[in-house]
Amino acid sequence: MVEDFSSVHSGDVSSSQYKSEVRNLSFYYGSFSALKNINMMLHEKKVTALIGPSGCGKSTFLRCFNRMHDLYPGNRYIGEIILHPDNVNILSRSVDPIEVRMRISMVFQKPNPFPKSIYENVAYGLRVRGVRRRAILDEKVEDALRGAALWDEVKDRLHQLAYNLSGGQQQRLCIARALATDPEILLFDEPTSALDPIATASIEELIADLKDKVTILIVTHNMQQAARVSDYTAYMYLGEVIEFGVTDTIFIKPKNKQTEDYITGRFG
Amino acid sequence: MCEGLSRNCNISIILFRPFQWFYFKVQFPVTVRRSDNTSESSTLGYNYRRHLSERFIEALLFLMAFVSVAITLAIVVMLVTESLSFFEHVSLWEFLTDTQWTPLFDNAHYGILPLVSGTVVSSAVALLVAIPMGTITAIYLSEFAPFTVREVAKPFLELLGGVPTVVYGYFALLFVTPLLQKIFPELPGFSLLSAGLVMGIMIIPYVSSMAEDAMRAVPMHLREGSYAMGATRFQTAVRVVMPGAFSGIAAAYILGISRAVGETMVVAIAAGMQPNLTWNPMEPAATITAYIVQVSLGDLPHGSIGYQTIFAAGLTLLLITLVFNIIGHLLRKRFREVY
Repeated sequence: MVEDFSSVHSGDVSSSQYKSEVRNLSFYYGSFSALKNINMMLHEKKVTALIGPSGCGKSTFLRCFNRMHDLYPGNRYIGEIILHPDNVNILSRSVDPIEVRMRISMVFQKPNPFPKSIYENVAYGLRVRGVRRRAILDEKVEDALRGAALWDEVKDRLHQLAYNLSGGQQQRLCIARALATDPEILLFDEPTSALDPIATASIEELIADLKDKVTILIVTHNMQQAARVSDYTAYMYLGEVIEFGVTDTIFIKPKNKQTEDYITGRFG
Repeated sequence: MCEGLSRNCNISIILFRPFQWFYFKVQFPVTVRRSDNTSESSTLGYNYRRHLSERFIEALLFLMAFVSVAITLAIVVMLVTESLSFFEHVSLWEFLTDTQWTPLFDNAHYGILPLVSGTVVSSAVALLVAIPMGTITAIYLSEFAPFTVREVAKPFLELLGGVPTVVYGYFALLFVTPLLQKIFPELPGFSLLSAGLVMGIMIIPYVSSMAEDAMRAVPMHLREGSYAMGATRFQTAVRVVMPGAFSGIAAAYILGISRAVGETMVVAIAAGMQPNLTWNPMEPAATITAYIVQVSLGDLPHGSIGYQTIFAAGLTLLLITLVFNIIGHLLRKRFREVY
């Protein structure tokens, strides 16, 4: 963390509520230190982008937010991610990772629909929460599919296997799946890297629409994408956040030389 | 033999592929250029020696693959021809509908139904044990077991599959039957129940190891997707991993059925050898396989009708396993994994 909090807020976007604050977060894969003392915040109902060269820890950082690292042995978090309004550290041992994942959803790099029908894919999150009532499921599935701009394309074939959809549709289905449970934060891990430009554009449009409802954190390799969709951007390098601030500032007048080099394409 | 159809399909691919490959090699004879000068092919010419040895290896492999196909075909031809002469004496109708199987008695009856019922009942008991236990074991090993547990448990499970079936037979007769008689005092010394139970235990490793392989082949990103939705490990295993591995799990079940139907030693030892048309597992009965053992060991003259019965019985067995293999093949095609 090179910047301090006050300088981050010198940007022209009016300061908003924090949805989440990351405090002194470090992360270890065994003895390998993948994240080093990260401090930043997620602004409520804004899009925050994580950019940086491959291997800099963007995805590792993102996956701390839904405790994905708990699935594998030997991983260790140090520091805190405070989730508001509860003001609870979601990395704490006393917090159940399943509860965290019920409130913070994730969309992956490669579309990963389940081997089920379109309907059942979207209803999955509700079903694992024990929702059985058909009327509720129907309504939530339709809402989520509309929210992911997929309803019109699939409304006549909800009970077909999800693998029959195109790549872009599958990714929107995964977004619908994540939306169906009304998450507070939506994590995107390079959601368009496996998609063609047209599907990418539709996903980006969707992200722009979604930020009215949900706080978004997105990892992207594509700097233009970060510039297009995000309100805030963090540049990461070797497990550290080098610079974090309002996207326009980062892209037009970065304070840090490293950030500037990366953004202008001299490095990375 | 029991592996049947799917095995044959693979072989047909092996059989035809060398020719395509050969065409490619002839049309594009590219040799690999080496940076050191130890190879004689420093020019990009055609290396006859290398291609000759490759062709030789190809021919050898083809021959080996062909042998198993040829043997399969030979067995089928033998079964069919011997059965045909059996059906010259006994009508197909009698074979399929008579309720008695007494080919070695003076008053001979040739109804396959008693043998089929014994086979079906003992296999059903075995599958009632093997399918649930095998599936649960597979779920545990694939989704729950820590690495060290899996490394220890798998070899033991495979050991269970390596125990000779005759040992299982005596285990059923001398240990399981007396144990069952404590619960069911009226249980006779030979019964389909005890043979079926032990056969089920015997089949568990086959079902579990194949189902586990299928479940572990489900890519991690599907599991992660499920966990990210707030699912527990059990929910992920049952709702995402199992549907994802459906075709492999179905294949494991089919393999289990084939093994149960074709199993011989356990039923020959523990189920008794009297053909008995019954659907009650508490009774003794003979299966198709047990009957074949019984007659093969006897001293019936070649070409006699009694001798030919075992070919008819063998053909019936082959057709039953073939049907299951076809079902398995269709299921696998229908629910092909697409991730």
